[in-house]
Amino acid sequence: MNSSNLLSIVTFVYGLAALLYIAHWLFKRPLPGKLATWTAIIGALGNTAGIILRWVESYRLGVGHAPLSNMYESLIFFSWTIIIVYLFIERRYKNRIIGAFATPFAFLAMAYASLSPNINDRIQPLIPALKSNWLIAHVITCFLGYAGFAVAFGINFMYLLKARDAEQKSRWLDHFPDTDVLDELTYQVIMFGFLFLSIGIITGAVWANSAWGSYWSWDPKETWSLITWFIYATLLHARLMRGWHGKRIAYLSILGFMAVLFTYFGVNLLPGLHSYATN
Amino acid sequence: MREKEISADSSNKLWNFFASVRLTVIILLSLATTSVIGTIIPQNESPAAYFRQYGEFFYRLFNALDIFDMYHSWWFQFLLLLLTLNIVVCSINRLSSTWKIVFTKNPPFNLSKFKNLPDKEEFTDNRSPEQLKKIYESFFSKSFGHRRIEDTEKGFRIFAEKGRWTRLGVYFVHLSIILMIIGGLLGSIFGFEGLVNIPENEVVSSIMLRKTGEIQKLDFGIRLESFNLSFYDSGAPKEYRSTLSIIENGEAVLKQDVIVNDPLRYKGINIFQSSYGTLPPPKITLTFKNRETGKEFEKNAGLGEEFDIPDGGGRFLLKDFKGSFNFMGHNMGMTFIGTLTPVSGDAVDVFLPVQFPNFDRMRKGALSVSVADFKHRYYTGLQVTKDPGVFIVYVGFLVMIIGCFITFFMSHQRICVEVTRSQDRSKVMVAGTANKNKMGMHMKTRKISQGLIGI
Ligand code: HEM
Repeated sequence: MNSSNLLSIVTFVYGLAALLYIAHWLFKRPLPGKLATWTAIIGALGNTAGIILRWVESYRLGVGHAPLSNMYESLIFFSWTIIIVYLFIERRYKNRIIGAFATPFAFLAMAYASLSPNINDRIQPLIPALKSNWLIAHVITCFLGYAGFAVAFGINFMYLLKARDAEQKSRWLDHFPDTDVLDELTYQVIMFGFLFLSIGIITGAVWANSAWGSYWSWDPKETWSLITWFIYATLLHARLMRGWHGKRIAYLSILGFMAVLFTYFGVNLLPGLHSYATN
Repeated sequence: MREKEISADSSNKLWNFFASVRLTVIILLSLATTSVIGTIIPQNESPAAYFRQYGEFFYRLFNALDIFDMYHSWWFQFLLLLLTLNIVVCSINRLSSTWKIVFTKNPPFNLSKFKNLPDKEEFTDNRSPEQLKKIYESFFSKSFGHRRIEDTEKGFRIFAEKGRWTRLGVYFVHLSIILMIIGGLLGSIFGFEGLVNIPENEVVSSIMLRKTGEIQKLDFGIRLESFNLSFYDSGAPKEYRSTLSIIENGEAVLKQDVIVNDPLRYKGINIFQSSYGTLPPPKITLTFKNRETGKEFEKNAGLGEEFDIPDGGGRFLLKDFKGSFNFMGHNMGMTFIGTLTPVSGDAVDVFLPVQFPNFDRMRKGALSVSVADFKHRYYTGLQVTKDPGVFIVYVGFLVMIIGCFITFFMSHQRICVEVTRSQDRSKVMVAGTANKNKMGMHMKTRKISQGLIGI
């Protein structure tokens, strides 16, 4: 079995995990929740194995490099970071309903990588510009940041659902954590995301400086990551202002996640240095 | 007197304006929104290209607003200046009160605040308060920097705290922004960025600046000893490698290879691999073949040279050289272009791709021309930069990462444990607060309380 096949299977495992988490939420039974956790763990192990296998395969092809060099590989790694960040939160906060709003992102990223005709899953040799150890540090930290923001977005969505239902009428929401808890949790995960986005931007800048001699050149991808960073910095400060709690912060968080998605996918539509990510 | 009051009042207002977080939110959102423009409208292209794209009206409008170089425009720089002022004023405003909390000898403990916490932990222990006092004291001395023990009527009370200094983390984050802005400013004032092409075996000691096109002299010469490029089997480029020597007073003082991602640094100047190209040699050998007689003649010529073709074939001008030449949709690679003027008849342009010596035969002329012997030279394109601000920016990077880590994941934690005798046992209450991450502190309090039950 090669890594692409293995990772296609992982796609379905993640899909199953997401369904089980949703079943756990809708049917309010612990069993699907427990199964979901185990399925997600198995998926994460398969995902890890797939990444390692792909790494080994690239060495067999004689073009050995860490599997973090194109859109396919970054999506696979993105799924991995989402699941890891989510499982960490599940363990820490002992709530599985969040899984219904977080693991679908891992499934979607994986499905997009495996199924989209625009995405090439061949292992390609590294072009000279990508031959740098900073590439690895840059991609890992950026995607940890993105994963944090994706999970924060899911929790934030739960917050908005719960906050709309102020009289607590909805049967679907009664096992949700309280709005306060959801709000605080979103904030915690956003701080995690912000730290790693900052490190991601910084390692990218250091890399750019070692590759072509300027740490910042306002290319669209750089600029969009900075825009994302500005939005989340706004969010962190808006919480300090009177009257800026709850929903307004939640909308900022949604705006931030839209910027993440645009930084990741949308920028390829614009011209710039980072356009290698298109294949 | 009145006037002075008014001015004090208005400067106070100005101060408060700059100290407000509301302004921060406005500035950060403005930076985010305006930054989008420069990613949609390509930056720093030629005026003609913009004119074609946007038409006269928008060209003039965008030009007036510096949209074509917006990240260096006065209004974008003004936003950055506002942000800097905002950070400085805000930090000064808050630092003194934070300072007092952080560097006090006797941190205040407010018992009722702890007692009113909703999520305190309570349990009973079979040992007496006297026994517990020693045990708890050593428990807290391990992980809490500051402790205070008070005896009460029916037992004792411990206040413990740690991480007071983490309240300074956010000042580090803000300082890092200032460092980056200062570093960036230094770089743009005292640094430069330019390009230079160097043919193999030649020395240059000046470069062309990217922004202005001016020539910048260097204190030393750069010689390209050789240029090598390699490809993967798929044809994709694998490596561009320039072997460079630094020349001072006519002597090579340093020899080093430069590849992408591995520049040469010398005397504060950084030299990066950026592009490459091919150049024709000073003389090349051309072969002329007579179609009828099959006779061949050779001739050496330089670019731009016009000469008589041997054996009375007319005249030939070696006009041009292209590093890559496109003929009817096919890339022919390196190609010479010449003009052949026969003794009688019209002059024709002939194309001489180096890799395809038979190409000119297809023209079916009386004479076919090809390139016989050709050793091309490479030139390397180097990006040459100087940026004395980089060090400060990098310090800023480091301070930001450390500062964010402290601010996000560490907090000033305070714990209060109260032990009261009830018959011959002890009732224990554990309560904790933190300046951040209340949920985490709640879990921590529970953990500590479980720890206390266990010892
Ligand atoms: C790009 C610029 C800025 C960045 C990246 C930044 C970053 C941060 C971060 C990460 C925090 C911690 C937030 C938290 O604990 O959740 C923070 C807090 C804060 N920032 Fe900023 N900041 C910036 C600009 C400013 C400016 C211009 C001001 C001026 C008013 C400001 C005022 C504050 C204040 C008052 C706090 C709260 C401090 C506290 O908790 O005691 N920030 N900032």
